[in-house]
This record gives sequence, C-alpha cells and structure tokens, in this order.
Amino acid sequence: MTDTAPVVEPTLPDGWELVVGLEVHCELSTATKLFCGCRNRFGDDPNTNVCPVCLGLPGSLPVLNGSAVDYAMRLGLALNCTVNPAVFARKNYFYPDMPKDYQVTQYDLPTSTDGHLELPDGTVVGIERAHIEEDTGKSTHVGGSGRIHDATHSLVDYNRAGIPLVEIVSRPDIRTVESARAYASELRAILTSIDVSDAKMEEGSMRVDANVSVRPIGSDELRTRCEVKNINSIRSLGRAIEYEANRHIDLYDSGQTPRQETRHWDEANGRSTSGRSKEDSEDYRYFPEPDLVPLDPTGAQVDAIAEAMPPLPSARRHALADAAGLEAGSVALVVERGQDELALAAISAGADGGIVIKHLENNLADGTGELTAESFAALAAMEADGRLSATQAKTVLTDLVASGGDPTSIAAAHGFEAMDTGELDAILDRLIADNPDEWGRFVDGDRKVQGFFVGQIMKATKGQADGKVVNMLMQQRAAG
Amino acid sequence: MATTALEVASAVRAGERSARAVVEEHLAVIGEREAEVHAFNLVMADEARERADAVDAAVAAGSDPGPLAGVPVALKDNMCTRGVPTTCSSRILAQWRPPYDATTVERLTAAGAVIIGKTNLDEFAMGSSTENSAFGPTKNPHDTSRVPGGSSGGSAAAVAAGFAPLALGSDTGGSVRQPAALCGVVGVKPTYGAVSRYGLLAFASSLDQIGPFAHTVADAATLYEAIAGHDPRDSTSIPEPAAPVSSWLDDGVDGMRVGVISELSGGGIEGIASDVQARVRVAADALAAAGATVEETSVPSVIYGLTAYYLIAPAEASSNLARYDGVRYGLRVDGPNTEAMNVATRTAGFGDEVKRRIMLGTYALSAGYYDAYYGKAQRVRTLIIDDFAAAYEKYDVLLSPTSPTTAFELGAKVADPMTMYVNDVCTIPSNLAGHPAISVPYGVGDDGLPVGVQVLAPLMGDVTMFRVAAALERSLP
Repeated sequence: MTDTAPVVEPTLPDGWELVVGLEVHCELSTATKLFCGCRNRFGDDPNTNVCPVCLGLPGSLPVLNGSAVDYAMRLGLALNCTVNPAVFARKNYFYPDMPKDYQVTQYDLPTSTDGHLELPDGTVVGIERAHIEEDTGKSTHVGGSGRIHDATHSLVDYNRAGIPLVEIVSRPDIRTVESARAYASELRAILTSIDVSDAKMEEGSMRVDANVSVRPIGSDELRTRCEVKNINSIRSLGRAIEYEANRHIDLYDSGQTPRQETRHWDEANGRSTSGRSKEDSEDYRYFPEPDLVPLDPTGAQVDAIAEAMPPLPSARRHALADAAGLEAGSVALVVERGQDELALAAISAGADGGIVIKHLENNLADGTGELTAESFAALAAMEADGRLSATQAKTVLTDLVASGGDPTSIAAAHGFEAMDTGELDAILDRLIADNPDEWGRFVDGDRKVQGFFVGQIMKATKGQADGKVVNMLMQQRAAG
Repeated sequence: MATTALEVASAVRAGERSARAVVEEHLAVIGEREAEVHAFNLVMADEARERADAVDAAVAAGSDPGPLAGVPVALKDNMCTRGVPTTCSSRILAQWRPPYDATTVERLTAAGAVIIGKTNLDEFAMGSSTENSAFGPTKNPHDTSRVPGGSSGGSAAAVAAGFAPLALGSDTGGSVRQPAALCGVVGVKPTYGAVSRYGLLAFASSLDQIGPFAHTVADAATLYEAIAGHDPRDSTSIPEPAAPVSSWLDDGVDGMRVGVISELSGGGIEGIASDVQARVRVAADALAAAGATVEETSVPSVIYGLTAYYLIAPAEASSNLARYDGVRYGLRVDGPNTEAMNVATRTAGFGDEVKRRIMLGTYALSAGYYDAYYGKAQRVRTLIIDDFAAAYEKYDVLLSPTSPTTAFELGAKVADPMTMYVNDVCTIPSNLAGHPAISVPYGVGDDGLPVGVQVLAPLMGDVTMFRVAAALERSLP
C-alpha cells in the first residue's frame, strides 16, 4: 500500500497569483573561514574559533580562502551559472555581531550569474546570481521578546563571523508554495551532493528568505514585495509564504497596498511581523574592498571544477526515471536519499522499476544495509510474478537489509508461498455472505468499502494474500 | 649629526658597542628634549632595555642579531605592538593593547632593531601637522614654535631630535614625506604593496603604505630592506622579496633622465613657495652636474590629485573606522541601547578632523552621489596613472618639492582645513598611483628651516628612486 497522498496545495483566493523569489544563504563547509585560518565548525564553545582577522581587530587584513572560491564556483556551475571574474565589495552598516561594521561581499561583479535550477516536477526557476560573502557573528538577545529592540543586553558569538557563505538569489519565478518548498529542497540536495555545504536549516547553515508578492492572474506586473526572514524550516517556508501572500491580498481587497519592508516570520504564532521598512532602510554605501584583489579565475580552473562535478540531482532523477519507466518527479525521494545507484543496478539486473522505487520509498527509508542489487532484483521478480505478496516481499526485504542472503530461501524459511485464488475465492464468498450491504455498496461503485474487504481478507490470511490479486478478484465479482 | 643606524648596527654586531648602551644614550636624549618636542605617545624604556639586552646576549653568544642590531627605532603609534598600547592618537583607542604584532614590528625585531617608543600622529593619520592628536601636538625640533608636519610628525621629530636613528611612519597622502621634509630628514613612501600593511591601523587602505625615516638615504634603504618583501597576511602585498635598494646607492645618475614636474614647481598649482622652488632647481642642477639629463615636464592631471584624494581617502576611512563602535574594544560610552551607545562612543572618541572625514567619506559613497564623487575620483586616479605612465616613457624619475612650504607655525592652519589639505598637493599623486617617492632634505628655505626635495619613481621603481636620492644627498655640501 502506498501512502503518497497528494499534497493539498494551499490555494490563494480566486484570481490571485503568487510571485516569489528566494534568497538562500548557505555556509560553505570549508575547513577554515573565508578570510583567516580559524576553524569553520558549528557548535563549538562561543568565541573559541576567533582571531584578529575574524574579530575585525584594528590593523588586521583579510586573506581569501581559495577553497571557498572553488566551492562557490562549483556551486555556480551546478546551478548552470556563468562563472565570472569577480570583485569583493564592502557593505557598510552597523551591527554588533558584525566585527568590522561592514560585510565583505560581492556586489556588482559576483562570481556566478544567470543560471537556473530544475525542480523535480520539471519547473525551471531562474538564478539571478550566486555571490560569495562572509557570515556575521551570532547575537543572542537577552530579556524582552528576544529581539534586539527590547533586549536588556545581547551576547555575541563571533565563531560564525567570517564563515564563507554563498547567497543564491533566484528570479521571481516561483508561482506556488509547493514550488518554493521544492526549490529549497532541490537546492539543499544540490548543495549536499556537490559537497559544498551541510545545508542544515536547523543549524543555520542554510537560511532561506522569501521575497513575496501577489498579482491578479494573467497580469505580468511585479507588485510591491516583502522580504520575509527568520524562516527555519522548509515547512515554515510554505507557511510564511502563504501567510504573507494572503496578507497582501487582504490589503489589496481593502483598498490598501503593502509597504515594501523586511518582515520577521513568527513560527510560533504563524504570522509575520513588520521589521525595518525598505524606504528608510540604510544606504549600504557599497564600494570595492581595497584590502582584496579582484578574483579572476582562469578558464582552466573553471573547466577543472566542471569536470570534477559529480552527477547532479536532476540528472540523476532523469537517469533513474528513464530506467524505471517513471516520471522524474516520482523518483525524487530515492535520488534525494542517494539510493539511485542501487535502484539503477537492480533495474539493470532485471527488476521492475516500479517495484524497486516502491520499496525504496516506503520500506528502505532507514537504509539498504546488506541488500544487493542482485537480491533486490530477485525479490522484485518474485513479487512481480505473484510468488510473493507485497506484504511478504516486505518481510523478506527486511531480512535482506539486515543480513543479506538469497530471497528464495528466506521466503521458504518464512513459509511464504502465494495462496491460490481458490482459497481466496472461498474467503471472499464468505465475506460477501456475511456483509451483503457493504458488498452492495461496493458493486454500486463505492470504493471506500474496498479497504474493508481487503483488510478482512488480510486478517483471515494473516497477511499472506497479495493485495493486487484480492483487488482483481473483487473487481471480477462485481463486474460479473 | 648623530651616528647613523648603519654605524650603530655595525658596532653592535662587532661587539664594539652594546645595544644596551645605545638605548641608554637615546633614552638620555629623550629625557632632555621629549618634554619640549612631544614626539612620543609612549616611550618604551623598559621594553627597549630588555630587548637591547637580548641583542647583546645574542652577540655574546656568537650569533648575528641582524642588519639593524641594536638600532633604536621609533614606531608610529598606528602599528600594532603586542600588549603595548596602540592608540592612533585617538581617545577611542586610548586603552587598547593589541594581541598581536604588525608584520613590520615582527620584521624589525627579526632584524635586531630595538623599538624605543610609539610616536605621536594626527589622529588616525588624518592631518599634516600632528596637531590633530588627542594627546597634544608634536613640535618641530628645529623650531618648537613650528609644526613637524604630519601625520607621522612624531616619527619625523623623533629622528630629527636624535631620539632614534630610525623611525617608521605611514604615508597615505604624504604623511611620511611631508613631515620628513619639514623636519629635515629622509622619508620614504615605498611602492604600494612593497611593505605589508598587516597590523597597520587602516586610514585609507588603497593608499596607506608604511615607510622609513632616517638621517641618511643609506639608513633609510637598510630599514626599507628590513621591512619590505612579501607578506601572505596582506593580500595587496607584492609577491616578491624586498628590492635590494642598498646595492645601487653608489651607482650615480650618469645617463639618467630626470623630469621636473612643472605643475608642482611653480608652473601649475599655486602656493609653492619660491624658496622651496629654488631648492628644487638647485637639486635639478646637481643631478645634471652628476650626469643626468634634466628637463621640465608636464604631468597635467596631478593638479586634480588633491581633490580626488579628499574623496577616496575619506570614503575608505569612513568604512575603516566604522569598527570603532564601543562593542568589542577601545572606548565605550554607555547609552540606553546599542545605537545610542555607538553614537555616544564615537562622538566622545573621535576628534573633529576624523569626524569631518568620516562625514565627507560617508557622503561620497552615498547612493545617488557615488558616481559623481567616489566614482569620478577613481577615474581621476586612472588619469593620473596614465599621465605618469606617459612621463615615465621619457624619464627614469621625476622631481618636485615635497611640501609647498617649510614648517609653519603651530595653530596657523588649524582653523582652515582646506589650507591644511594643500600641504599634501605634491605628495598625493604618488599615493593615488601607488608609486614610490622619497623626500631628501636639501638645504633650507629663507627662514632657515629644512626643505625637502621629492624624487618620484614608477611602480616598483624603488631601486632607482633610492639611487637618485643617494646621488642628491651626495651633492649636498
């Protein structure tokens, strides 16, 4: 039995369309920070991975971490971007967790531009840019609501200051909440598969801000957007976008317009609150960072990174879907779990793609253990030709994962053999006799009672019956 | 003249003089005149004695402490010294002790030098008279009613007064060369990137360069060689070893081509005093007499250098000085919230000139003004580089005054920043271009005070620059 209940797409009121662009910050998993030799590690005691450079002490100077640049270029290429000569710039604003009171980032000349990312369902989202910058320290505001404006004091941990980030800015191409979630998942899958970031939203190594606006369906205008920050999970991302879109629609419906501003997502209360207004926002006074020289990667450097690129999730999905004879979207989970290699091997050893994907999705979430492609293929063949029911196959699979072996002998050891249909027919006769009303409803097309009959038969056979066979028998009886 | 650094080092290395005795002699001179001159923010007597003893111990043990063995060096108080206050002559850093040494400090130590104190400067190196120090002005040892120039006025005065044979300053728009000229000592601004800026408290990062003060060109060359050379901690450091500038000092200028910049020698910018112009002509004649071809030449865009500088330098400074916010180190003046604390700290901690430049720079970088100010200034910078490149097709070095006038009276220009800024008109173009330039003391003006002649050279032309400077020095009576 599969449990892929369709996700209920949160809908906007009739006539409105969502317009979303996402800005994703991901911390690169380099050994050291962007401009100094301090360790880049999450969870260490506060202010232990610091030095004059990442504390921004007077007189200190940045020295660029070459690995961070390589990681950023690899990411740019994975997002189908053009990798360009780049210039670091200073973004000037005061904040206690930013040691120099400016952030070194890339402004008008970023490393990567003009790419795209393909979602599992085939939707393509444009990538405007992916630029390198340094992370800030982490503030903990004590007292009041826990935000800076009413705190009694703040604690700052500079371990995070100077950790390399890439900020990936999408184009406002996202039209549904589901696509926004899928974009974040897909990006996470890319980041981890090319090994440039842990991409853990809960640890802050991947942070998603959503630029949300709405417009009447059919219009191509871009209306006032709000940037929603403090989104801590992919689930929150969906909730935050939905909330924000509906807030905008309510404003338009009452004759108002949203104000362009940064808003703070409040997960506990399921709403966003106003942050600073973009109108009176600070002027960051960007200018080229004079302490660093321009980045000018050679063609050979970029080519070497491209050549060493592992297969990306979208390519892996297409490869597996083609082999399994399924849609790319339906193998996404298997690829995300990194089980596509096993699946491909099992399929090429003769297994039915649908059965392989079904087991990987539903029964192998915790890993494939000792399961080999050959035994997986043999099991799938037994299931496909009716020698094992789905339930029996799952039992055998569990043993194969735990200790390997031959599926035929494991099935025999469990005493599994498919029941002949005569036995099932007899049970079904008895059930129909005992439950005439239910059977009548089934015959009249009420599919809700199907589960009742299947369940009773499974109970009577202690799970040995093949659900597919039972369904087939019931359809035949009802038609006949 | 006091003994040179080379003489001191040679005697110490040979075991003929103890480094400790050298330090004591200089501390004695400091004791006599420091109250009057105020060259230092801090005299490091104990540290210097300890360090000198270590140098002597090394010599006694048969090892060579290095080319600056036992030579006292005065350090501008904007270079980090581990555990020793580094103030930039600002209230905002009055209590700050860096946890690390600047690269130049490490290299001085490695060369056997003895740091004898931290010298006064215009706050954050912003000024041309050392009157912008939060700790009071430095006086010119030649006439204590006069300024020593700035911003490295303390370092220039320390060498001129005999407090140390050598000093380091930093030069963003002339802050080594102009006080060297006014105090009658040699002052060098190396090619940008020749000397590491790691540990130099930044004023304007794309212009700042550390450079030597000395009595002689040879001493300056030795100090240059000790501190120059690639430093992986400074991304703008030239990935080459120090240029061997000392090796060429005696080679003369026979056959060299020298251009006297007309715009800076009475033919363009106003305010170049006639007695200063006269000394430049004497210097030009001396080089001609030594075998060089000397001509007047035009570098037209240098007249825009001052304007471009006073946009670029404050712009970078406005960003570089943002970190002095009371959060992590230095002065903190409390307030009801973070922003109020930042404002109160910076209001109390910075002097007027620093505030003025932060405001200028903030404005120049602001949205809507960036192109008209910062952007345009950068284009002027390119123009100056192009004009210099054209001039260096015809000439090996260029010549000009270092400062428009000799040392002026304390207080004379404090009220009018623009008059003060004009002091740097001859020195700024080299910073904008990143080129090396040196000021050589070349006689006196009508008032009997020192005049400096500036030798400018193209990028990485430090060797040629020193060679011409040495020839000029030899031409003096």
